[in-house]
Formats: sequence, structure tokens, C-alpha cells
Amino acid sequence: MNNLLVADSVSKNFGDFKALNNVFIEVPKGSIFGLLGPNGAGKTTLIRVINQITMPDTGHVLLDGEPLKAHHIQDIGYLPEERGLYKSMKVGEQALYLAQLKGLSKAEAKKRLKYWFDKLEIGDWWNKKIQELSKGMAQKIQFVVTVLHQPKLLIFDEPFSGFDPINANLIKDEILQLRDEGATVIFSTHRMESVEELCDHIALIHKSNKILDGKLQDIKRTYKTNTFEVGLVTSDEVLLTQIIKSKFETTTADFKSLNDDLKLNIKLKPGESSNDLLSFLTSNAEVNHFNELVPSANDIFIQTVKNS
Amino acid sequence: MNHLSLIIKREYLTKVRNKSFIIMTILSPIIMIALIAVVAYLSQLNNNKERTISILDESGLMSSVFENTEHTTYNVLNSLSLEEAKALVEENEEYGLLHIGKGTNINAVAKTIKFYSEDTPSLTLISNLESKLEKQLTDLKLQQGGVDVEKIKDSKTSINIAQESYAGEKTSKIDNIVKLAFGGIAGYLLFMFIIIYGNMIMRSVIEEKTSRIIEIIISSVKPIQLMMGKIIGTSLAGITQFVIWLILGSILMFVVSAIFGINMAEMQTPQQEVMQQAMASQDVQMQAQNMMAAIYNLPLTNMIVAFVLFFIGGYLLYSSLYAAIGAAVDNETDTQQFMMPILVPLILAVYVGVFTVIEDPHGTVSTVFSFIPLTSPVVMLMRIPFGVPLWQQLISLGLLIGTFMFTVWFAAKIYRVGILMYGKKPSYKDIYKWLKY
Repeated sequence: MNNLLVADSVSKNFGDFKALNNVFIEVPKGSIFGLLGPNGAGKTTLIRVINQITMPDTGHVLLDGEPLKAHHIQDIGYLPEERGLYKSMKVGEQALYLAQLKGLSKAEAKKRLKYWFDKLEIGDWWNKKIQELSKGMAQKIQFVVTVLHQPKLLIFDEPFSGFDPINANLIKDEILQLRDEGATVIFSTHRMESVEELCDHIALIHKSNKILDGKLQDIKRTYKTNTFEVGLVTSDEVLLTQIIKSKFETTTADFKSLNDDLKLNIKLKPGESSNDLLSFLTSNAEVNHFNELVPSANDIFIQTVKNS
Repeated sequence: MNHLSLIIKREYLTKVRNKSFIIMTILSPIIMIALIAVVAYLSQLNNNKERTISILDESGLMSSVFENTEHTTYNVLNSLSLEEAKALVEENEEYGLLHIGKGTNINAVAKTIKFYSEDTPSLTLISNLESKLEKQLTDLKLQQGGVDVEKIKDSKTSINIAQESYAGEKTSKIDNIVKLAFGGIAGYLLFMFIIIYGNMIMRSVIEEKTSRIIEIIISSVKPIQLMMGKIIGTSLAGITQFVIWLILGSILMFVVSAIFGINMAEMQTPQQEVMQQAMASQDVQMQAQNMMAAIYNLPLTNMIVAFVLFFIGGYLLYSSLYAAIGAAVDNETDTQQFMMPILVPLILAVYVGVFTVIEDPHGTVSTVFSFIPLTSPVVMLMRIPFGVPLWQQLISLGLLIGTFMFTVWFAAKIYRVGILMYGKKPSYKDIYKWLKY
């Protein structure tokens, strides 16, 4: 079994509103799976279905090949987007309580909390009340509580909101490390640069339907247009442009460079290879910059949502 | 430890460790007792004021009526005109002047009686004077008619009708008053408990929503577990508070009465007056014996068992509704529109209990209301000291349990959906829709 989680034709209606329509996703073991979509697309509903907070109208969810049952709660760690902690409760007490709700014994929870608090250097917060902490500090504790019971599946909904760049990086590294230790991560966010950075698989949900999913690399491959960004140095830019335009489809490009180059985007026709282009260019000018334009997750997101 | 007991423990500990809870627990009985003591002290002070009242009795009929008491001195004026007497009284700054004029017969004298004073005299003083005068004049009239007043006094007979049911159960008026007191206390206690701790549950649900911890929690436990844990934990905290109040209150009451020598029992309320009238004709020892006998005659086992069952049933019924309201809204101000359906039956129950159960504990109205689940806990608790057939209690309890289970199911549904709804103030229509989610 290569998939840790399979949601099979899951539908959910709230009254007349269709929140999820026959959604099918597969989350491979050990992957970081980006769950993307515009606001109100149904991501949170799907996550809640996986967490057994909301029951689907039709369809079912398999975790490690088994239909979801109450005991699976212990196998999932969920950091919701709308998150907070009891304001007037002490940090340590609260973390212990939440860990025990996830099935850890008090002694075990204490041991692991000590490990994590030391690791994130927040050990001296133990006896503070949440209301004395800043938002970012509280977020750290929520993160610890989410991962403490070493779940197979981690679900993070906008995990970096409220963090400064240093702490966001810290949390990102922790997520990667958890993945390396065998956890599978579902990651829901609107920040495409973190998708780019972290995710190996994605699914895109739009208006309650899944409209795209798969390996991020594969998706990028299907979305790429064989376009290359080049920076050329020549004595006669007008002539060079004419020569290139006669052979290839070009547009002007805009990228940052140190030199005052001629910047072009050149699109290859089917059958033409990047080597052909490169040797053509080198014979006509000095090539300073040569880069294949790969669509960003952001481009794919916008394009797919617009076209659907 | 399983989830439910974890939640109960947390709810209980957060409640009892809460500063305002601790302050309320300690301060409430102190404030209550202090208030009672102050009121008692003040009313005593009021009555204790020394005052002199001058009497100008031109009829000569009232010579022996006015005897000085601890606080009131009667100053009998002789051979002064009314105007002179008034001037004198005013000059001496006395409390007032009672003028009894001349008359050809007793009725005529009665019509001349007047009280002059600087300010409006106190009501008790006037009625005190009135009763003295009335008694004297009535006695005089009887004497004129040739009746021996002493004989009339001797012939007064005091009656306290002994009541006995066909089954041989003996009751009396005192019994009834004791029953009323016990039933009333039980019903009122439940009412107060529901209002105070129901609100506390509601606030605690709202707190979880506003602090946004709710989704973290319910990814670990079922909403109904959270709801029940909250209700039970808060109730245990409530019981703790009640017990402390009871103990602290009794100690303080004892201390205060010992120190200030205020006899709290002398404080009169209208209810106590009824009781005293009923006992007026008996001496203190007899009264005490009758009271004890009355308490002893109560169906105590039945009362205790019923109290526990109806208390739990009624409390859970209402508190689950409070929890549902808390889940449906975002902040406390939005709760108003949903409070009515809770408060109306609750207040109705207390009114029905107080007015109809006194009148006739087994009358149609009180019987019917002791079956309707939303009012039955309060009304039935008030009826039970008067002896309610077991089958009635069982049916009422059965209905209560059934309704309670329905309400918990209903509340859990609203709760489950409501806790994840933010921002929008829901209407009844929205909540109806949630039931189908």
C-alpha cells in the first residue's frame, strides 16, 4: 500500500450548499501533500472529514487501508487554521491535557513535551499562561501539541501564519524532519512559495471539485511550454532580434541581470530541442543567460482555477 | 484515563481555580450574612429609638391602657387644652401627641381620637396604638352591655384541626407549612442551580469558541463527550461551591448572631408571619415538638431519592440547552434571543410551584405541571413532601428522562455544528438547518 490516505468520492452538503462534490484524493506515504484551492473551495471541509469532525454524506476515507474509525484520531495530528488555546490555562498544563486527549499517558506526554520544549527553546514558558504569550509563541505550542503524539498523518492548515520568518523557517525544518522520520504531511496553504518549497504532491480543489492532482513535478511538466529565457550580448540588437524571430517564436523577457542584455523569451516548436536553440544562439551572439521557464505553482494555480 | 474523565477534570479544575469563582465562593455568603445582619441591625435600631408620646385623654376612659415599654414612654397630660398640649409636645420635641376627645358614648369618643406629630408617624406605631385603643373600647362596651370580660377571655378556645388521610396519615397545618418549606427550598435550589451553572456552562462553551481552541479539541474527542464533560465538570464545581456556601453561611450566621446578639429568627418575613399565626396559640415547647414531628412525618426517603433524580434530570435537561446556545453564538450578547425559551418554562415552573402547590398540592394545575418535563423537576419537587403517588413520580421521571435524552441529542447536534460556525449570528432558522447537517 503506497497511499497512507485515500479519500474516495467524498461528498458533503450543508443544506443546499455543496461543500465537496465527489472528491477523490490519494496521499502517498511519506509525501508532503499540498491541498490547494481558493477560499471557500472546500479544503477545510475535506480536512474536517479526514479528522472525523464532519461526517461525509457519501464516500469514505481510508487511512492505511482501513476505513476511518474513532481510534484513528491518535494517528492524526491536526493544526487547524482557526486555532487557539485556553487563555487562562498554564502552558504546561494545557499541553499535557491536549496530549492526554490524544491518548498519551501523562508521564509519556511530560517526557516528550520536555524534549520538544527544549528543542524549540521554550522550556521556561511552562508555567506561563497563554494570555501572557504573543501570538507566535502560542503558535509554537500549538505546533508541539500537534506533533507530540507522533502521528502517521500530520495535517497543517496555514501553519506559518503568525510566525516571523525565523520561526517560520524553524517550523518548516521541523516539518521536513518529521517527514524524513516517516510522517506523511497534508499541507493546506495559500502561500505558493511554501508549496513550491515543501510539497511533492498537490491537489487543487475549486468550487467543491478536485480539478487537478498529482506529483508537482509531473504537473509542472505538463504545464511547461518549452519556453526559454535568454540574455544575449551583441553589437547589433535589432539585427539579432530579426534573425531569431525568423526562426523562433519570441517575446520580450523581463528578468534581473547585471548586464545590459537583449532579453527574450523563446518558445520552441514541437520537435525542437534546447540544444538546437543553444547552438543557434551561441553562433550568433554571446549567451549570458539561458533558463527554461518552468511554470510556478502560483501560475498553475491561477491558470487552472481561471480555466475551470 | 478516558476522554470524558479528562475533560471533566479539566473543567472542574479550571472552574474552581478561577479567581472570580474563588472570590464569589468566599464572598457571597459573607455578603449575604452581612446584608442580613445589617438589615436586622438597622430594623432593630429603628425600633429601638426611644420615644415619648404624650397622651391627652379628655374622655377619662383610657387611664390604664398605656404602659411604658422599653423604648416608648407614655406621658399622660392632664388639664391642658389641646392647643396647649400641642405646643408643649412640640417644645419638648416629643414624638407625638395622642388626643382622645370627649364624647357622649364610646362610639363618639372613638371618632375623636387623633394623633399629632411633626412627621408622618410609623405604621407600626399607629397600628400598635389602634389595637390598644380598640381593645380598651371594646372591653368597655362589653362591660356596659353587662358582659363579664373575664368570662369571655376564659371562653376563648384555640383550635388546631388535626388532619388525617383515609390511610391514617396524620397531618396538621404545621405539617403543611413544613412540607411547603421543604418542597419550596428543593424547587428553588434547583431553579437557582440551573440559572447560575447553566450560564457558567454557556460561557465556557463560548470561551472555547472565541479562543479558537475548539477545533483542536474536537479533532481529539467527540463533541458530545466535550459537551457532557463540560456539563458534568461545571456541575461538580457548582456542587462544591454550594456546599462551601452552606457550611460557610451557617458558620458565619452562628458567629454573627453570637457576636451581635441579633436573633435572626426575629426577622419577620410575610411567610414567617403565616407560620407564626399558625403557631400563635401554642407554647414554644409544643411548637418545637410539632415541628420535629412534622419533619419526622415527611416522606424523607422519597424526598431525598426524588430530589437527587429530579435534580439531576432537570439540571441536565436545561444545561444541555445552555450548552447548545453557547455553541450557536459567538459572544454573550448574542445569547439573549435564545434565552427566552429556557427562562420562560423555568420561571413558570417556580410560579406554578409557589402559587398552586400552596393552594392545592394535588390540584389539576400543579399535577399537570409536575408532568411536563420542562417544569416537572421544580413543581414535582415542591409537591413530593405532600405525598405524591409513586406511579405519578415514575411517569414524570420517565418523561423527564426521555425529554432529557432528546434534548441532549438535539443540543449535541447544534453543538457539533455550532462550535465550528464563526462570525454570523445565527437565527432560529439557521439552527433548524443545522439539525440536518
